[in-house]
Amino acid sequence: MTGAGITPSRKFIEEVETRSAQPVSLCYQCKKCAGGCPMSFAMKPYNCDLLKLIKLGEKEAVLRSNTIWLCVGCKTCGARCPNGIDISKINDTLREMALACGIKAGEPRTAAFHASFLATVKTFGRSYEAGTIGLFKLKTASYAQDLGLGLKFLAKNKLKLLPDSIKRAGEIKRIFRKAKEAGQ
Amino acid sequence: MKATYYPGCSLHSTAAEYHDSISFVCKTLGVELVELDDWNCCGASCAHATNHYLATALPLRNLIIAEQAGNDVIAPCAACYNMLRAADRAVRAQDCQAAKINDDLEEIIGARYGATIETRHPLEVFGSREMLQRIGAATLRPLKGLRVVTYYGCLLTRPKDVVAFDNPEHPVKMDKLLTALGAEVKRWSYKTECCGGALALSRTDAVAALVAKLVTEAGRAGAQAIVSACPLCQVNLDTRQTQVVHPMPIFYFTELMGLAFGAVGADRWLRKHIIDPAPVLAALAKGE
Repeated sequence: MTGAGITPSRKFIEEVETRSAQPVSLCYQCKKCAGGCPMSFAMKPYNCDLLKLIKLGEKEAVLRSNTIWLCVGCKTCGARCPNGIDISKINDTLREMALACGIKAGEPRTAAFHASFLATVKTFGRSYEAGTIGLFKLKTASYAQDLGLGLKFLAKNKLKLLPDSIKRAGEIKRIFRKAKEAGQ
Repeated sequence: MKATYYPGCSLHSTAAEYHDSISFVCKTLGVELVELDDWNCCGASCAHATNHYLATALPLRNLIIAEQAGNDVIAPCAACYNMLRAADRAVRAQDCQAAKINDDLEEIIGARYGATIETRHPLEVFGSREMLQRIGAATLRPLKGLRVVTYYGCLLTRPKDVVAFDNPEHPVKMDKLLTALGAEVKRWSYKTECCGGALALSRTDAVAALVAKLVTEAGRAGAQAIVSACPLCQVNLDTRQTQVVHPMPIFYFTELMGLAFGAVGADRWLRKHIIDPAPVLAALAKGE
């Protein structure tokens, strides 16, 4: 078929359906998910179009999209889908797949935030906000962002300068090790 | 009533006023909170976003320790509540991946989760008929004249097979509670519309647009303030009203309970807010 841009493939949709446990095939493009999505104004493509691309086997376009990184996980799509598809769960799966494939995130700042946050949890067992912000700024070179706000928080004693570590932090490190093994 | 308290990371930092007010309110209502021993971060909202395994394993460790203590868990943060409930539900549903993670945790910490306890949000605890009566009786200074909208956000009410709320898009638990305190609860269509908290640092521009919409609509509904039941929503709404002409204070529902119960130290909680709630409360005092 010369000139046809897309050759539909079942492989990708099967992978997404198995990993996310969501029935992507049932989507009939009613677009209620995109209508209810608070982030749709910034998404390219809309979440409903993402499902169509999954069905067409367009793995690369899906994993490179900013859509998966803009999903806030509010689950409005899942609450409204007439076929019970929770697209936020699909996006969780797609993000994991994109990271595993080494694909550059469609929203690098969002990926940097998640990585910064989890790095503090791995080290201390609890999230360490000042540390998360510091790591995030290093990764994204956004040193000036929210500086004034940070000072206000410090003045109001709402931001701890030192991390809060748990006694059995070793258990958390072992959980992270198992998670890494499970991802391989 | 004795309960295991899971503060989550934010109640000991950015949501200190939520922690203080909830402690006061529970004491007043006869709910004894015992903080979960050596608890860890549940992973919200970053674990589920990038790592399926961590999203179950991190909350499960907390549930195992809580189960050993024997009491139900109270989780005031909507994100923690959602993560703990999702892990609990996965074990109850005998999800094979959750079962495997439970096995791993038995190896790591020497115990597994048997799903014999429940995780509750304080709104569920305070929402019972008996508690509402007790709340009515404890209300010494009714919030007469205070016009508010209730804001549940996303993670308290969805997905409905995980949480224990009345409706995924039109919950009323907080409305009933605030009405019992004497406040005037306005109707609006944005109770469960997400504020974008998960992207607060990475896409501040987009989040400011969502927050502006919520605050503007709250104003159109005739509210003087928004009442929140989640530390992520409260901080996000309190700090990201950069595109709003008339910023509006964001209360924790427990702060309003404390005020109605006549809490002496309530000023200390309210001083931690970025948008000062004092003008709204001053008008309330005059109205009495």
